[in-house]
Amino acid sequence: MKVLLIAEYRDGKLLGSAAELIQFAQLLNAESAMVLVGSESALPAYGGTLYLADVQQAGEFNPSVHKQLILEVVEKEQPQLVVLPHSSYGWDLAPRLAMALNAAQVSEVVEVKDGQLVVPACNAKLRRTVKPATGISVVTLQAGAFTPPNGDVAGTPNLVKLDASPNGDIQFLGYEAAEATGVDLTKAEVIVSAGRGIGKPENLAMIEALAKALKGEYGASRPVVDAEWAEHSRQVGTTGQTVSPKLYVACGISGAIQHLAGMKKSEFVIAINTDKDAPIGEVADVLAVADLKQLLPVLTEKLAG
Amino acid sequence: MKLLVCIKQVPDMESRFKVNAAGDWYQETDLAWRMNEYDEYAVEQAVQLKEQVGGTDLTVLCIGPQRVQETMKKALAMGADRGVHILDPDAYQKDPFAIASLIADFARDKGFDLIFTGLQSQDRGSAQVGGLLAELLGLPSLTTLVDFAYADGTVTGKRELEGGIKAKVSCQTPALVTCQLGLNTPRYPTLPNIMKAKKKELLSIPVADLSPPQNRLTTAALAPPEKKGTGLILEGDPAELADQLIKILKEKTTVLA
Repeated sequence: MKVLLIAEYRDGKLLGSAAELIQFAQLLNAESAMVLVGSESALPAYGGTLYLADVQQAGEFNPSVHKQLILEVVEKEQPQLVVLPHSSYGWDLAPRLAMALNAAQVSEVVEVKDGQLVVPACNAKLRRTVKPATGISVVTLQAGAFTPPNGDVAGTPNLVKLDASPNGDIQFLGYEAAEATGVDLTKAEVIVSAGRGIGKPENLAMIEALAKALKGEYGASRPVVDAEWAEHSRQVGTTGQTVSPKLYVACGISGAIQHLAGMKKSEFVIAINTDKDAPIGEVADVLAVADLKQLLPVLTEKLAG
Repeated sequence: MKLLVCIKQVPDMESRFKVNAAGDWYQETDLAWRMNEYDEYAVEQAVQLKEQVGGTDLTVLCIGPQRVQETMKKALAMGADRGVHILDPDAYQKDPFAIASLIADFARDKGFDLIFTGLQSQDRGSAQVGGLLAELLGLPSLTTLVDFAYADGTVTGKRELEGGIKAKVSCQTPALVTCQLGLNTPRYPTLPNIMKAKKKELLSIPVADLSPPQNRLTTAALAPPEKKGTGLILEGDPAELADQLIKILKEKTTVLA
């Protein structure tokens, strides 16, 4: 089996997902080659053939041009799988490639089981083993699902340069940095986070009170921030902060993968949820099955007393 | 302008899911159905654009069994002008390519200036249909938008990247955009608008009238994930639970020291 790995590069840096792509290829015992629209000054630790297009020429976010470059390499390498990270770059590019290659697309692979690809469904409450009916498939990998066990990626790539025309149908106008204002959750030793289960914005006061009783900060999951009940600097997860406090208390948070990615390195996790089967249970040291609106005031009072 | 917004009806994600007899999807009994959350943002953005540009006509499209019309009525009450229901009791067995192909079949000769979809569905979570549909129709697509503006045939938006960074992008219409959570604040339909929605056109097209292709991806197995969590599960009344939690915090962590 041969796989073609598509690494991601942003704002002068190769992203860490490249190592996960390599790990995935090793798990499959597959031959591999890699494509990168990036720069010779930021190459991956990789021992195979790396097809490199200069980002200055091809454009950093220029999907139709990236697609053409990858199609050229597919033509040369004839892989069975084209593999991308399941990121804003990967899930944007994957359907473009799948369409051009008449390929099945398998999104957000979390596991390889007996040689078959497994993906999540229904907010990680179910797992689907899928079977492509096409000779070539386009695959995206869930962030963190294929982290190399001891970070031991090494090697110097054998470079093959690609030429790109900069013409695309989308104009990339630049980046907007994350808001720098607000609280820095990454420094907090205790974080008490509110999820959709708090029900209404007034209940955020209970979360704040518990955070205060534990001498910590309060955080929030995405739905709470999207509803503007909490500011963005308090968001924990893929598109917010990645935190690793001594104690993380998840209140009314079901545990979407994007949230888990932002907090699973916490030293100790307590989850408070009415749903015993909520995916947050997978990373919690303790799951208290309770209505947070009843439990939090009692807990806060006892801690203060 | 002519606008199309594509929506999906999904179960409430707080539901307890059981695998169906065929082992290829969840059982549909005892589920509460609602509009896919990402699609609520797509409908809202399309309605806002309709309000911005006079003379705009907005079609909402949904594929599925009869029950999806309830969800379509919400989109009509939010401000869509007409509904197109592709009636397909077996839609859940179709892969994203087959679904996108059905929509493309319908949309190809309709001259839509802009097509809105959600980034992904909450149940399948593939994030493919929008992107595939744009490619099938030969349209530029801006995906994962958390900000949207339209002026004089140009769409400008911000894509949400990882780590809180955004990428500013633009393209010319006709185009397709996929909507990320937080793009706007989806409105609640008002009672008068719910009443008005009942009189709006809702065209039902049997799926047999279109020509969906073969699936490229099939489900070999479906199961709840193996429980890897080794955590302790506590149940009881709030006072007992609070005492237990404090005891655990004292024994296992240093935060109360």
